[in-house]
Amino acid sequence: MAYKPHKGMTTDTIMIAGHNGEQISAYVARPAGNGPFPGVVLLHHIPGWDEFYFETTRRFAHHGYAAICPNLFHRAGEGMSDDIAAKVRAEGGIADAQAMGDAAGAVKWIRAQSHVNGKVAMFGSCSAGRQTFMYACQHKDIDCAVELWGGRVVMAKEEINPKMPVAPIDMTAGLSCPLLGLFGNDDKAPTPEQVNQHEAELKKHGKNYEFHRYDGAGHGFFYYDRPMYRTEQAIDGWKKVWAFLEKHIG
Amino acid sequence: MCTSILEIVQTDGMGKGGEGWIDLTHAVVSYDHPHHALFDDAITIDFVNRALAPGSRIALEISLEAAKALAGALQRAIAQADHAGRGGYAATATATMVR
Repeated sequence: MAYKPHKGMTTDTIMIAGHNGEQISAYVARPAGNGPFPGVVLLHHIPGWDEFYFETTRRFAHHGYAAICPNLFHRAGEGMSDDIAAKVRAEGGIADAQAMGDAAGAVKWIRAQSHVNGKVAMFGSCSAGRQTFMYACQHKDIDCAVELWGGRVVMAKEEINPKMPVAPIDMTAGLSCPLLGLFGNDDKAPTPEQVNQHEAELKKHGKNYEFHRYDGAGHGFFYYDRPMYRTEQAIDGWKKVWAFLEKHIG
Repeated sequence: MCTSILEIVQTDGMGKGGEGWIDLTHAVVSYDHPHHALFDDAITIDFVNRALAPGSRIALEISLEAAKALAGALQRAIAQADHAGRGGYAATATATMVR
């Protein structure tokens, strides 16, 4: 699916069945027309279900994908995204199991849409990069995964807790689809050494993956509204994302 | 940086935010992405009442260096308060003014 801007699109906020069948909100965007379009599930980062992720969801629609971004922080209530993120933080974060259940609900929803072509990718950055990798290791219902600078894929023993009981790197054997990883070499979480460990585990298990690491970039170099944004690396990173999706679900 | 640096303590007192004064139940300290301060990472401090809506909080996003200075100021003030509790307030207050 070569790049052809889809200037018309529809967007909405809907309710879907998430973890344990609980209703959670989700932002959806799809190109105008009947499609069928490939599907993308976006998992949002720890700053929340925020403007960056709404815009990124629409960006996928602009590029010809039907996209859904479930609100992983729905249970914390309504309000500004920074306040909701603070509420989640005050509760010690969300449990991996809950995030996986909500992500599974979004995959199920998008697969059920008549305008989706049966191919679905998952995309997530930061905490959601970690969750995206974890989902791809635990589930077999996505066709590829895009992990952006996932922190705590590699976890020290003291970071393991009841909400995060297993380090994702220990799930690598279960990875069931191609994986794209983008990382900044100045990042401190994940560090380049942790990315090395992540990659070594993928190699050990013979997984289909491609990692791209950028000099002059740290964490979150796609975030154009933050000082961590890096123009050249972000432009190249997005090219890698589009090429990867074209190859696997286009 | 996507960290697991998070400290939560129970807090007694009141704080004033956008919705006026609220009773506080907890203080939440983390080192992660700020939402507003123009740093890659920041010490964030939220004074909250868990029973209230998410917007009812007193929020700070400060640099690591500012946080260290704040922690030092807190420790000095607390040490003086402890000293005062043992009857040494006047001497301590004088020392602080000289500083």
